[in-house]
Amino acid sequence: MIELQGLTKRFGSKTAVDDLSFQVRPGVVTGFLGPNGAGKSTTMRMALGLDHPTSGSVRIDGRHYRELDEPLKYIGALLEARGLHGGRTAYNNLLCLAQSNRIPESRVTEVLELVGLSAVTRKKPKGFSMGMGQRLGIAAALLGNPQILMFDEPVNGLDPEGIHWIRNLMKTLAAEGRTIFVSSHLMSEMALTADHLIVIGQGRLLADTSMADFIHRNSRSYVRLRSPQRERLLDALHGAGLTAVEAGDGTLEVDGATAEQVGDLAARHGITLHELSAQRASLEEAFMRMTAATVEYHAHSATVPQWSKEV
Amino acid sequence: MTTAPYPQQYTSPIPVRRAHLGDALASEWTKIRSVRSTMWTLGVMILLMVGVGLLSIVAINATDSDLGPESVLSLGFNGVLLGSICVVTLGVLTISSEYGTGMIRTTLTACPSRGRVLAAKAIVFFLLTLVVTAVTAAVVAGMQTAMIDSGSAASAEEWVRATIGAGLFTAVLGLVALAMGALVRHSAGAITIMIGVMLLPLVAGMFMSSLPKVQEFVFQYSIPSLLIAFYSDTGLIEGGPHGWTPLWILSGVAAVALAGAFLATEKRDV
Repeated sequence: MIELQGLTKRFGSKTAVDDLSFQVRPGVVTGFLGPNGAGKSTTMRMALGLDHPTSGSVRIDGRHYRELDEPLKYIGALLEARGLHGGRTAYNNLLCLAQSNRIPESRVTEVLELVGLSAVTRKKPKGFSMGMGQRLGIAAALLGNPQILMFDEPVNGLDPEGIHWIRNLMKTLAAEGRTIFVSSHLMSEMALTADHLIVIGQGRLLADTSMADFIHRNSRSYVRLRSPQRERLLDALHGAGLTAVEAGDGTLEVDGATAEQVGDLAARHGITLHELSAQRASLEEAFMRMTAATVEYHAHSATVPQWSKEV
Repeated sequence: MTTAPYPQQYTSPIPVRRAHLGDALASEWTKIRSVRSTMWTLGVMILLMVGVGLLSIVAINATDSDLGPESVLSLGFNGVLLGSICVVTLGVLTISSEYGTGMIRTTLTACPSRGRVLAAKAIVFFLLTLVVTAVTAAVVAGMQTAMIDSGSAASAEEWVRATIGAGLFTAVLGLVALAMGALVRHSAGAITIMIGVMLLPLVAGMFMSSLPKVQEFVFQYSIPSLLIAFYSDTGLIEGGPHGWTPLWILSGVAAVALAGAFLATEKRDV
């Protein structure tokens, strides 16, 4: 369990993290979502005792990070920036970490095997691909077999196979009863892995909700209709107990029915349709709406980014 | 809808005890022996000390020079002075490379006590450089004693000063460099500063004849002047610190530098 209370971090006049309070519970994957520069990494660094909070506190099972006896056995972290020495072999990079927390040396071989790096244990990470570097970072996080795992943007720069692997790993680790706290700036990624969702923007908490709840509230599915016989169509829909909303440009939006049902209904009444399509508001759009006011670095091009509609 | 499954919390099967300095020492020993910069800096230092030592043997024997009242051990100074640049480089790298690679975040996540990390690094580095410098100095001095007939016989105390004394002085100088690395957190910057601190005052002093007081102070207390006191009773010029005093002076500087490094690492975000 990670517990934040009024956590605040200022760098000069800039507030990076602003009065954050939430809990990260065991047994589930908690997604930590926010646009770039929202304060996710700073929050995680404060949880690990690397950055000092300006005010407020963050506790690991009731204790400050610095009070943990052998911290790698409580919490393992993969930070965004590579945190290992490129000129030291993969094995020795993990060995020196293991020694500092009295983790048996056999565990080094074990985690390297677990992340699929057995073949390169005596190689130096500076020659590793992005994906291998990420795997080594995850091996370091798993070294102490900890109950809490914190991953900062773990899928950044990974190929699809690597992304798939990390998703499954996080789910497996959570199912064992561990606390998984993972940050991302991609809603679509979170929708696939996280059970619980914490959204921040400009350091402030925007949402703290279960993923199911978030999807339920934000991914409205509806049917879009266009017809030259508008009035008759409205009557027919009304007769079937469906409400249609005018959506401008002459189209109607119908909630609570499938495209098939609405199409059949129109056919029964002999109504001509010029458009009939199933629509779904994407979670990405919901996330962008939520954080729109807080996005720090807007692109100055006039085009609105086209995210995938389906999540 | 916040009724996600809430299974029993996982706990690490590896027993947890309180970590202490010994664990940090083991970790730092693995670190220092598993990077190439250690081999390079200490390897170059050994080559320099042995090479300069051999050159001095050749030079003395070829010219039939007379060392007069000095013992052959005084020849060791040049090699150790050059070698200390390598030690300073390693001292800086021991900590600045962690900042350069980002390893420092992982290190401090594993061991949140920053004082313990700094202490472990300092101890491991100090002992390693002390042993390597003292042993190399002893080997070079042995060669010189065996192959040069000139000069007076060295006393036991002169042997101690030229080997262990020089080793201690160099290793303490390395600690100043390590502290500098922690303060500056940038390898090239800290190494440049340290080489400047070592050599610049003496060079500048040569052009200070209009300020005789300053010049005298610099000639007595610059790093090479302090080191030469381990090889000669007079030092670089008369009136400077002699005996073991140079070591205590430098230790004081190292203590202040390390205290500053400790306060800075304790206070700063990484």
